[in-house]
Amino acid sequence: MAIPAKDFVSLLQDVGFDFFTGVPDSTLGGIIATLIERRVYIPAVREDEAVGLAAGAYMGGKIPAVLMQNSGLGTSLNALISLNLIYLQPCLLLVSWRGHDGKDAPEHLVMGQVMTKLLDLVRIPHRTVRAETVREDVGWAGQVFMSQRIPVALLVPKGVFS
Amino acid sequence: MRPEEGVLTSRSRAIGAVLELLTDELVVVCNGLPSREVYALRDRPENFYMIGSMGLAPAIGLGVALAQPRRKVVVLDGDGNVLMAMGTLATVGALKPRNFVHIVFDNEVYGSTGNQPTLSQTVRLEQVAKAAGYRHVERVRELDDAVYEAKTMLKEDGPSFLLVKVSELAEDVGRVGIEPAAMTERFRKAAVGVGGAVA
Repeated sequence: MAIPAKDFVSLLQDVGFDFFTGVPDSTLGGIIATLIERRVYIPAVREDEAVGLAAGAYMGGKIPAVLMQNSGLGTSLNALISLNLIYLQPCLLLVSWRGHDGKDAPEHLVMGQVMTKLLDLVRIPHRTVRAETVREDVGWAGQVFMSQRIPVALLVPKGVFS
Repeated sequence: MRPEEGVLTSRSRAIGAVLELLTDELVVVCNGLPSREVYALRDRPENFYMIGSMGLAPAIGLGVALAQPRRKVVVLDGDGNVLMAMGTLATVGALKPRNFVHIVFDNEVYGSTGNQPTLSQTVRLEQVAKAAGYRHVERVRELDDAVYEAKTMLKEDGPSFLLVKVSELAEDVGRVGIEPAAMTERFRKAAVGVGGAVA
């Protein structure tokens, strides 16, 4: 059963996330609509820009989250490894898992297949969000954020949020 | 012939003149030689020096500016950096943070990698910033003008964009002597410490 996007955003806000930026994906559409409605979303033009915005916001005292399609991980890679991982600047990466199970448009298939290996390779902890465990998933991400001060990814397959 | 041939001010001199104007502003410096020069000229806890993630200085500065709307944020940037993430000019122009000052030292080359030419020899970056929606935009060639405009922009509401044409001459300066993780903490304290919101 899908989780209402509004409830998920409230969960993130309850945990303390108070700065949201990113580049849209259809899978994250409900979440972004909620963030815009609550006037807490800063739209970025590229995913690495969003990562930079989040890093600045973190140093300005915020708890940032970055939303993106997994194609944006490729765009963000240098920012994540030469900014966040070096300077210990944490953020939550809320990444839609396009190409999950090999079912998607052709441009998503390779990233869909290699995404978790890519994150492992660059040592960014990640977990796939499920409707049944969403509270634990967010709690885990918050814990990694606070204790390790590095980016932590929650991967969102299609259909988890309504 | 280079369009800006005859520019005499070195970047280091121009940076030094701008640094003298600062009080409690939060400063984000782009990667490469500009960071090293600022560190050598006037290190302060309110300075954040980049060593990688080229192009992201204004994005980081914008994040700081949005998180700390009562603090003035100054981004010291280069032409190669601006060209690499020109989209961020649009993000700044659209959001219009009043506390954001973007100063670009334009030497028309990738100075940190051997002076290969950039497109700023022909592309007018300040016009891009103007079209993107920056409130105040100036382009200067003389040091006195740079100081005058920077002083004004530090006082007035932004976002402001100052393009300072400088020579290719680079000072022989060492690397930034602060560990990146320690710099994050130092800058974070400087940003949130003075009446700012703490997460």
